Formats: sequence, C-alpha cells, structure tokens
Amino acid sequence: MTNPIPDFEHQVAEQRPYLLKFARLQLRNETWAEDAVSDALLAALARPQAFQARSQLRTWLVGILKHKVIDILRQHKREVILSANDDDADADPLDDFAFHRDGHFIEPPADWGHPDQELSQRQFMAVLDACTDKLPPVQGRLFLMREWLELSSEDICKELNLTPTNLYVQLHRARLRLRECLELHWFART
Amino acid sequence: MTPIVRSLMSQLPLMRSCKEVTALLIAREDRVLPLTERVGLRMHMVLCRACPRFERQVLTMRNAMKQWRNYTGDD
Repeated sequence: MTNPIPDFEHQVAEQRPYLLKFARLQLRNETWAEDAVSDALLAALARPQAFQARSQLRTWLVGILKHKVIDILRQHKREVILSANDDDADADPLDDFAFHRDGHFIEPPADWGHPDQELSQRQFMAVLDACTDKLPPVQGRLFLMREWLELSSEDICKELNLTPTNLYVQLHRARLRLRECLELHWFART
Repeated sequence: MTPIVRSLMSQLPLMRSCKEVTALLIAREDRVLPLTERVGLRMHMVLCRACPRFERQVLTMRNAMKQWRNYTGDD
C-alpha cells in the first residue's frame, strides 16, 4: 500500500506552475508571486485534511493562493498602485474609436457576433491570458483584483487607500485596452 | 444614425452622446450607475444602432472573464 501523504505532496507540487501563472498576472512582480505561491503551497501541505477530495485540487489551491495574494497586496499597498512609468497617464483610451465632434460614433464598433460557444476554447483563453498580461502593471493589478480576486470596487479602494475616481480611471483604461486587444487578436482574425 | 436623430438626441435632457454612453457602459462593470445616468443610457440605447454593439462587446468580455476565472485547462 502506498503512503497517501507523499502522493498528496506530489500532486500539490505539480500545481505550482499553474498557480504561479495567476500570481504573476495579479502581482506583476516575480518575487511577490514566488512568495505568494510558496506561502499557499506551505499552507496547503500543512493541512491536507482540509482538502475535500470531492472538489478539484486545483480549485482548492487557487482559493488558498487568493488569500495569500491579498496579504501581499496589503503589505505592498503603496507599490501596488505606484506606476514608475505610467505611459498613458494622459491618453484617453476612447480615442481608439472615432467620434464626431458631438460625441457620436463615426464608425460603429465591430459586431463580435455570438462567440459564446467558442469562448471556452483553449486558444481563446491563451489570447485572454496574453491580453491581460499586456496591461500596464497598475492597471493589470487593479483589473485582476476585480476579475480574478473578485473584490468589489469599494474593497479595493479600502485595501489600497485608493480614491474611487482613481480606481475607476484605471479600470476604465484597462477594460478598453483589453477590448482592443481582444478585437485585434481574436475577433478580427479571418 | 441620421443627422436629424442626432440633433434631436443632443437636445433632449439626460440624453447622452455615444462617447458618454461608451464610458458609462464600461463604468457599469465596476460601479452602480446613478439613476440619471441609467436613464440617459437607456434612452440613448433605444435610438442608437452603434452603442448596442458596444454593449454586446462589454457583455462578451464580462462572460469571457468569468470563464477565464474558472478555466483550469486540461487536467
């Protein structure tokens, strides 16, 4: 009979690359990401009894990782929202669209069709990963706090001592950038 | 949108331009819009053919992020 404990350790360790991908996307800092994943793995290994075999190991580990990531975001709250070279501080991302002077569309947005069926495709997830990764660090962190950590805007402001206006400006830019990236690399492909 | 509809739209109180509506549709993903903004948004969407397309894009992205969040790849 095999010992179940080393087997569990092995399975947990195997998830490291997957966890690291999310930690990197969220934290945009290699050291922080490594720390968060190590903390999560140690916490998981310290209480294997907490894992319900019915749920997926990966899902359980991601849940632990999210808590560790939030801890790190708290510890580094100032750096998290500090952008060394905010390359588009003055750019209005809506300028990607052409508007008449009265604010109406010159060229309507593209019809993306009904991609619901194809969204789960592996290739689409890869494009989404890449587009998310391309967001500038501060925008990317805030965007993923909403979309991956699933925090409310109020909670993000509280955690990072950020004004709502500041947060909304960053999220607005992030969402428009992501939209443009998806259009370019997924919806406009022929 | 015809110039007549456009000029009409710009004269109605609460009515928003496409540019404003686009910003509101994005903002709606992260905050609850005040009533006047919601009304302006709705009024505009009824008359405009371009903005509903943008709204569909935003909803597609919302759905995509949800799937991405739960996507675990091939096990």
